[in-house]
Amino acid sequence: MTFAPDPVLIIVIGVLAAGGVYLLLERSLSRVAIGVILLGNAVNIFFLVVGGPPGEAPIVGKTPLSEMSDPLPQAMVLTAIVITLAMTGFLLAMAYRSWQLNEHDEVQDDLEDRRIARLAAITTVADSSGGEVANLDEAAAETRDETELSVEEHWLAGDEDEL
Amino acid sequence: MLLILLVHLAAALAAPKAVAKWGRRVFLVLAAAPAAAMVWALANTRAVLDGEGPVSRYQWVPKLDLDFGFNLDTLSWFMVLIVGGVGAVVLVYCSRYFAPRSSGLGRFAAVLTAFAGAMLGLVTSSNLIQMYVFWELTTVFSYLLIGHYSDRGSSRRAAMKAILVTTLGGLAMLGGILVLGNEAGTYDIRILLQNPPDGTIVTVAVALLLVGAVTKSALIPFHFWLPSAMTAPTPVSAYLHAAAMVKAGIYLLARLAPGFALDPVWQAIVTVLGCGTFLFAGLQALKQYDLKLILAYGTVSQLGALALLVGSPYKSLALSGLALLGAHALFKACLFLTVGVVDATTGTRDIRRLNGLGRKMPLTATVAALGVASMVGLIPFAGYVAKEAAFEALFDPDLGTSAIKNVVAVSFVVGSMMTVAYGLRFLWGAFATKKEAKGEYPIVVTAPPWLLVGPPAILGLAGLGVALAPALGETLLSPYADAYPLGEPGHLAMFTGFTPAFITTIVVFVVGIAVFWSSETVIRARVPWPASWDGDLIYRHTLRRIDQTAAHLTAAIQRGSLPFYLGIILFTVIVFTGGAMLAGTSLPDAVRLRLLPSEVAVGALIVTATILAARARRRLKAVVLTGITGYGTALIFLLYGAPDLALTQVLVETVTLVVFVLVLRRLPVYFSNRPLAASRWLRIALGVVTGVLIAALAMVIPQYRVHEPISRLFPQEAVAYGGGSNIVNVALVDIRAWDTMGEMSVLLAAATGIASLIFLSGRGRVPTDLSTIGEKAGTLGATDPDPMQSLRARPGGEPRSASSQWLVGGITLAPQRRSLILEVATRLIYHTMIVFSIYLLFAGHNAPGGGFVAGLVTGIALVVRYLAGGRYELSAAAPLQTGVVLGTGLFLSAGLGLAAMIFGGEVLQSVFLEWSIPVIGDIKLVTSVFFDFGVYLVVIGLMLDILKSLGSEIDRHGESSGHDSDLVGPALEPAPPTRESSR
Repeated sequence: MTFAPDPVLIIVIGVLAAGGVYLLLERSLSRVAIGVILLGNAVNIFFLVVGGPPGEAPIVGKTPLSEMSDPLPQAMVLTAIVITLAMTGFLLAMAYRSWQLNEHDEVQDDLEDRRIARLAAITTVADSSGGEVANLDEAAAETRDETELSVEEHWLAGDEDEL
Repeated sequence: MLLILLVHLAAALAAPKAVAKWGRRVFLVLAAAPAAAMVWALANTRAVLDGEGPVSRYQWVPKLDLDFGFNLDTLSWFMVLIVGGVGAVVLVYCSRYFAPRSSGLGRFAAVLTAFAGAMLGLVTSSNLIQMYVFWELTTVFSYLLIGHYSDRGSSRRAAMKAILVTTLGGLAMLGGILVLGNEAGTYDIRILLQNPPDGTIVTVAVALLLVGAVTKSALIPFHFWLPSAMTAPTPVSAYLHAAAMVKAGIYLLARLAPGFALDPVWQAIVTVLGCGTFLFAGLQALKQYDLKLILAYGTVSQLGALALLVGSPYKSLALSGLALLGAHALFKACLFLTVGVVDATTGTRDIRRLNGLGRKMPLTATVAALGVASMVGLIPFAGYVAKEAAFEALFDPDLGTSAIKNVVAVSFVVGSMMTVAYGLRFLWGAFATKKEAKGEYPIVVTAPPWLLVGPPAILGLAGLGVALAPALGETLLSPYADAYPLGEPGHLAMFTGFTPAFITTIVVFVVGIAVFWSSETVIRARVPWPASWDGDLIYRHTLRRIDQTAAHLTAAIQRGSLPFYLGIILFTVIVFTGGAMLAGTSLPDAVRLRLLPSEVAVGALIVTATILAARARRRLKAVVLTGITGYGTALIFLLYGAPDLALTQVLVETVTLVVFVLVLRRLPVYFSNRPLAASRWLRIALGVVTGVLIAALAMVIPQYRVHEPISRLFPQEAVAYGGGSNIVNVALVDIRAWDTMGEMSVLLAAATGIASLIFLSGRGRVPTDLSTIGEKAGTLGATDPDPMQSLRARPGGEPRSASSQWLVGGITLAPQRRSLILEVATRLIYHTMIVFSIYLLFAGHNAPGGGFVAGLVTGIALVVRYLAGGRYELSAAAPLQTGVVLGTGLFLSAGLGLAAMIFGGEVLQSVFLEWSIPVIGDIKLVTSVFFDFGVYLVVIGLMLDILKSLGSEIDRHGESSGHDSDLVGPALEPAPPTRESSR
């Protein structure tokens, strides 16, 4: 079941991944897109290399079963390739849109998040138990059910200076 | 029982509509639901006494051995009487209490009825899990009821407090239930209690269950939610305090006590919290000015007493506890409803304002007096019988003279004194004519209708009635009390002579009255209780602390910087994967040194191109180098034995190149300068480490394979079930079709995303009417410099009309933008490519090809036509709404996947369709061809969206903004001298 890995391809994987990550960490979206492609290539080869030893095309009838390469990683990688294309297209559309709006295609920091950080640093947060704390007696004083007599009528009936 | 619950459910569902139509009278009808429960219980009294109460079981989760069922034993019977009876009375009361037009009445009616139903389900559940479900239902409904006036801050706060505290307990309880059920091997309460498990883990489970009971029953230190909950409408308070919600905790204690009351942890918790709550809340009740708050703290105090009694291991105490449970339900509901009457008729509950009400509302005052008499334990009311029985039991020398017992007895005496004091304070505060008050308040009082006074009067009289037959009560309740483990059976009696208990009662009354007379002193007395111990304060501090922690945590990890996030992710990957690898793996003994010259050459090419692409400053250069790595990857696929992958990779790489170029023509030639050298080194370091890590992974993974790959089965299955010999394709459209479906959804989402980023609204029109094209002839791209203008002068002048040509879009382009060679080449290869793609689509099942590849080829054919003829040509070539193409594709694959079910297979299973047609012969069709066709369409849709958005639409933007495609222009400019050094 175990098999020996292929050092040449492993070097290729390492270099592709390193280049991909380096570009992925950039701020320019078109560089990020290139990084995604490089990383995608790295991962696809990786999948194939760790998926099984090399062989012949997995087509029944053309290749004897013993010489066949593993078809399962291939099926997975095939979808991955097409998804990388879709993702590249999406990133480029974003790059274009960003260029349209800002005259550059760089990913900016999210100002809203920075604001949250500043707020958290300087202020205490409001109580999520619901606003300022009322004491029990005050709460009791303002608690009134909607019964038949309205509150106004009570006030007319009662003494005004209580208000 | 199930039927009764369903009645509650139906009533609750119908209530909002009914109340909207018939108003508050509907409450009278709704009262029938809990009343029916009570009647049902009464009808079964005989059977319950004989120990043959109705039992029902329904299958619920057979795999977990869980049944849905109900038992009616003595305790459940008693609880159903209380919950149903008080519920019915409260609902009747509601029919007159609320103003006809008060807000949210329909919802209120529904929730209150459902609440009653949930409570009934809780007390009759036959297994713990089911009981927990009802338990949490009561929590949710009580939340809705307490927060009924959702526009008031205090209401919302109280509701939040109640649900947070009780849910916290509920969660602990669920943990306890699961542990207990696991230990006992059953969740059935009856079986569980017959053979209660023991051990440390069971003790922990029991403690967790007690947390649930303590929070629900508002014992200290979780008592604070109950007084706050008085912001609920008064009928809700009545029900909540008397029969439902808080009684659930007491019920749980009573239910489990026969099995676990001997556990020392149980005894410690119940004794300490019971005594503490009884005394602390009794003192608090004395200090209140609001009638409802007096009653609320009174309830907390009584709950402490109830917990002490029903949680004890003694039969006699348990019997008195059950009696007190019933008595408390009657008098507490009665008193709350009376407060409601006072509140409704006078508009206040403040005892500092109320004055002389007893004379104006004698009937109401009498009813209240009945309730208070039972509460303080005046002979001959129910409360008296219960307390007398408790005293008798506590003073029974047979119970021993342990310190704990003495503490309980003293607490009980002192607590009863306080009850007398605050009971009198309540009665005096509400109805007495006070000397120190200035004038009577209120001046005018409308007489309360009998539907408001009647319900509390019934409860008050019931408190008197049941006490007159103590022997009957004993007969009915003792079967359950006798299940307790220790002591002799207790007795309920009215008067048994001048026993120590009776004398104690007299002393209690004397001291209680004295405390009441000096209650002003008591109010001013400071409790020796540190302020920071206040449960409410701790609750608020905890909430604030959680909020602050959340804010700080958010601020710490949500920095808003993409490189930061990616860096964290990569760092995690490196540390964990790398750490695991260093710790637990070793390098393989041997490597496969094939050293094929072709492989080494391709590898060197990819490595060089990658490094150059990472260093490149010009966009186009970086893109071309990336393309080289892509084509190199395709070659590696081929060498590794994956022709399908190689084919796909080549096509995708081509498309990617085109897409890049389409977008890059609008972007600046050079990447913007990034002068931060330090962060660049960090990125390089991260990149290198990740690269090394992935390479190392690829090195060690192959030797740790422990199973045969599942794909060993693929070749045979592909032919037998998938009907194809290209295994990769069969895997995509059959064996792993769900995978492919997911992937197609991703493609669809990405395509839609691209289109919406560029078009902003809609996917653009489809100009199918070719006759309009002629008007634009030779105009698109006309702003470009035309170096050969003089050579283009044609004698005819006018361009030819659109209809006579095949590549019609081309004439819309300005002459300097057209390429004769490209147009001719397009005419030659376009149809060939389309035919080839269709061949690939159908051949894919048995040879390299398939939907993905075919779609990409068609896409490239469209690219070629777009490049040759401009965007009008693209529209003419594919006059389709892209969304329709994508949707049809997904439907063909996923939707027709369902078709396999029609033929009796599983979803997405391939079906062979075979016909025998004369002359032509046998035709064999595999349904997965349709799936592949769906894939084909989705890929075409993606390509169309990319071309229309990043091609046509960007063209249009360029034309409208004046400076058109910079594809050629800036690329010819000299590169700036400061290359990498500027960064």
